[in-house]
Amino acid sequence: MTGLTGWDSRLVAFINRCVGLCRDRNMNFRSDGLPEGVRRLLRLANAVPENKDARLTATEPGFLARLAEHAIKGWQDAKGLVSFLGENVLAFLNLLRGRAQFRWADAFLVMEQCGPQALGIVALINCLVGLILAFVGAIELQRFGASIYVSDLVGIATVREMACIMTGIILCGRTGAAFAAQLGTMKVNEEISALQTFGISPLEFLVLPRMVALILIMPFLCVFADLISISGGFLVSVSMLDMSPTVYFGRIVHAIQLKSFLLGIGKGTFFGFLVAFAGCLRGMQSGSSAAAVGEATTSAVVTGITAIVASDGVFAVLTNALHI
Amino acid sequence: MAYGSYVVMHDINAQIKRGSVFVIMGNSGSGKSTLLRHMLGLQRPAQGDVLYDGTSFWGMDEGARGAQLRKYGVLFQSGALWSSMTLEENVALPLIEYTDWSASDRKDIVQLKLALVGLSGFEDYYPAEISGGMRKRAGLARAMALDPEILFFDEPSAGLDPISSSNLDQLILELRDGLGATVVVVTHELASIFTIADDSLFLDADSRTMRAQGNPKELLEHSTDAKLRAFLTRGASSAETAARPKIS
Repeated sequence: MTGLTGWDSRLVAFINRCVGLCRDRNMNFRSDGLPEGVRRLLRLANAVPENKDARLTATEPGFLARLAEHAIKGWQDAKGLVSFLGENVLAFLNLLRGRAQFRWADAFLVMEQCGPQALGIVALINCLVGLILAFVGAIELQRFGASIYVSDLVGIATVREMACIMTGIILCGRTGAAFAAQLGTMKVNEEISALQTFGISPLEFLVLPRMVALILIMPFLCVFADLISISGGFLVSVSMLDMSPTVYFGRIVHAIQLKSFLLGIGKGTFFGFLVAFAGCLRGMQSGSSAAAVGEATTSAVVTGITAIVASDGVFAVLTNALHI
Repeated sequence: MAYGSYVVMHDINAQIKRGSVFVIMGNSGSGKSTLLRHMLGLQRPAQGDVLYDGTSFWGMDEGARGAQLRKYGVLFQSGALWSSMTLEENVALPLIEYTDWSASDRKDIVQLKLALVGLSGFEDYYPAEISGGMRKRAGLARAMALDPEILFFDEPSAGLDPISSSNLDQLILELRDGLGATVVVVTHELASIFTIADDSLFLDADSRTMRAQGNPKELLEHSTDAKLRAFLTRGASSAETAARPKIS
């Protein structure tokens, strides 16, 4: 090739296409006149024959195919869930018999992280929710001159529903996501495989402390949430409605029945179990890449919140039917 | 060995002698780590079985399998140390779970194991605070915590400089000769393979099965398998030069 002053990859790419054409027609290709650099690159580019099987075919599956895939995935998801629940029950029974590879130190550490360290955000959210409840209630009840019932509204709504749901959702976003991320990252680093090769059950060693910790700490957080939320309602009542503290707290004590209070605590504990379950399940199911850990974390929070609200609906129906 | 309906490898038959160093080698993607996971009992073979001293592993009940697993020590590729525990706690965990030694005895043993791998003084460091090579050595100390009969190494030289890699080879030979341990190593480092292997298995990614078994030095001398020779001579006798367009 004469008169060539300089060249870049475009020349190499063009010549490479020529080589490809020659190969398809079973012709030999002579590269005598080309610069040495071009020839070396051509040799390198053609050193490994094209892997015909590796080309991905871009076919968009039809609507029915995608629907079927979703259905199958949903079924496998449900199977995984039930199987994880079963394994947890067995591990818990082992714990009761004192034969689980469970360390209380781990459980206490998790309790500290999701209990005392969560008090700030639990207080903030519940105070605001109590405030909002009282505010909305006051606006409406004032029209009927019944604003004294704001305290009843705040008391009952908080203790039966709002405190335990809001605390459950807060814990889900805070602790459920953390569980999923921790376990997912351990999976990526092969730490879970390492436990298994030492014959240590990852379920008893990692999952059980987290579940026990969350179940034990939730009742306390719920009581705390109840108190803070009622205090939020108090702020609105005293400032907006000129209610005296004696009247407010007197009515609250009168309005809240023991069974409502215990129901709230019970639901809160159950929500704690759901949060830990969702977090640990998605963490253990996580894939082996950074993106997969992110997906597992997202899925843990979504699953947890959905489970909390769905089970709260069931509880509402049940308690209504049983007149609790 | 399969993942669902995708067959990774088929027809792998091999015997490993007690007290020898057995190397599993092959190109990338040939299923070496998968084979190791099957030998460790982390995955069940789709067909076939794993036998120890003639006893079937998957035929045992869970308790016996747990007891069998305790006879192994495994070094995973990047150490797989438990990141929320210090090095001391990492090495001590197998001791806590499976022995009833006192805390001070355990401390002595942990210090010994860490000293054996050259990490004396790093007991209170977390895995994130030390280098990759040190994490590997700590992983090895943990693998040796219970004085295992069989040691498994998954790509031990990956990421190590040549001197550290050579030291690791010497350590493997010491484990075989000094402690009488059986060592199974998955690797593709030629220098290590020729230094340590008594017996080896060559896996091929294309045909998805084993292509050769034997001592690597003897295989190099006597084998006529083109792919194996290419692997062992680092491509000096390449099998891939045929059927390509001639660019002269």
